Amino acid sequence: METIIQVKNVGKTFIGKENTVEALKEINLDIHKGEIYGIIGMSGAGKSTLVRCLNFLERPTTGTVEVEGKDLAELSGKDLRSLRMQIAMIFQHFNLLMQRTVLDNICFPLEIAGQKKKEARHRAKELLEIVGLSEKAKAYPAQLSGGQKQRVAIARALATNPKILLCDEATSALDPTTTKSILALLKDINQKYGITIVIITHEMAVVREICTHVAIIDGGSLAETGTVEEVFARPRTRAAKKLIFQGDTGSEEMNRNLATGKRCIRIVFRENSSFEPVIGNMVLACKAPANILLADTKDIGGVAHGQMILQLPEDETVAAKMIAYLKDRRLEVEELDHYVG
Amino acid sequence: MWDSATIMMLLKETGTTLLITLSSTFFAYILGLPMGILLVITAKDGLRPFAPVYKILDVTVNVVRSVPFLILLMLLIPFTRYIVGKSYGAAAVSVPLTIAAAPFIARLVESSLLEVDKGVIEAAQSMGAGTGTIVWKVLLAEARTSLIVGATIALGTILGYSAMAGVVGGGGLGDVAIRYGYYRYQADIMIVTVILLVILVQILQVIGTRLSKKLDKRNTG
Repeated sequence: METIIQVKNVGKTFIGKENTVEALKEINLDIHKGEIYGIIGMSGAGKSTLVRCLNFLERPTTGTVEVEGKDLAELSGKDLRSLRMQIAMIFQHFNLLMQRTVLDNICFPLEIAGQKKKEARHRAKELLEIVGLSEKAKAYPAQLSGGQKQRVAIARALATNPKILLCDEATSALDPTTTKSILALLKDINQKYGITIVIITHEMAVVREICTHVAIIDGGSLAETGTVEEVFARPRTRAAKKLIFQGDTGSEEMNRNLATGKRCIRIVFRENSSFEPVIGNMVLACKAPANILLADTKDIGGVAHGQMILQLPEDETVAAKMIAYLKDRRLEVEELDHYVG
Repeated sequence: MWDSATIMMLLKETGTTLLITLSSTFFAYILGLPMGILLVITAKDGLRPFAPVYKILDVTVNVVRSVPFLILLMLLIPFTRYIVGKSYGAAAVSVPLTIAAAPFIARLVESSLLEVDKGVIEAAQSMGAGTGTIVWKVLLAEARTSLIVGATIALGTILGYSAMAGVVGGGGLGDVAIRYGYYRYQADIMIVTVILLVILVQILQVIGTRLSKKLDKRNTG
């Protein structure tokens, strides 16, 4: 597939009065047309700086960023501004103009592009329909809920028919239900209009929900990149494991279990039927109980997706039998000698 | 003492005060608004950081603001004479008022514009907006209520300063208060002028507050 964004050896150093901060170190990324590319990291990992390097809101200190083969550093101010019309962006806090109506907010990028007012309004109305907010055209942002504001921001971002949509923590200020509907809208936009989407987030759930590819960023460097399936099934680095197991409150307890020598394994579901009671069958077949420490699975079209962490019986032969059973059921099994929660 | 001539005089001078205040504020904005905008965009974290312009403006504003108005009024007499042709009267007093108020207004505008959400400015930049568009359609438009509140404060302050202009025969209510109330010991006229000044400030304040509320769409929920 055609590369649309190419990031080569990008580094960014912020020089302050008292200290210099190396926010990004030797980042290399290839984002292809039509992908939904997740960039995930803990707060302070540098992901917001990275996404701002993609449209040069931040200029990288070293390295190059190419969009459709054009090196952004070599563009004149004017050319960079016209390229930015092709790279739309949405934000965690929506960043709508508070003194303009919803319709006028969507017209704003069209005004910048120099479109006639009448045409701009016509287009804005179309976009409002796409995001399902036609009846709010005359409302002001202050009258909308968070999810509605983000929908307006998405409509605004789509106004100039961009090729790329950058999302900076776009769902982080929203509740889980609203997050789902916004992600569904983004996926829909990606499929209908073929817009490449780059999503910055600290939530693995967001990546798993819609991304095709993921880059894990940790301490300003890329820890891992790959398809979501790959990285989720076989996280290689500590940073990746930490993100994948995040949000689990029992981790301290689990660490203690690991420390006392009880074996824990992580299993990943990818292709098993969600109707098949894998764990139950395993317990019956091995005639020994296993303790479920964490379970995070869901049914996607009849196929189980997700992960579990099991604590195995102390008897080594039974434990080995269980692992063999699970592997036999085509599950990814990984021994956890060091649980990072 | 309260004959029709006195009342007519008071009315006329009220009009003069209003005229001086409004015209000085108007001219002071012509100077102060661009200064305020430049202060914001040339600042270190502004849209177009440019230290030389920022520093010159910053220092000028501070210097002019620290000179007491009465002294500035005297210092500027040659300049006023050059512009208006004479150093007394309503038109003459507008010159030092404008000069004194412009840096004050620059600071008011600066602080209003700095209130605009940085995220919204960033959003405009991400859409490819240039500096001019951002100033006009984001900074000034989003800060409009704060700018109006600022203008109301400026009007009140300039109205107060205009009363001092009475010292140089500037006309207006302040002039009346000094001539009748101070030099002739007519306390009643002085009290009336003070009351009239209070009423004027009140009216301006009410208009300003109403206008800014009406234009503010941030709390329409």
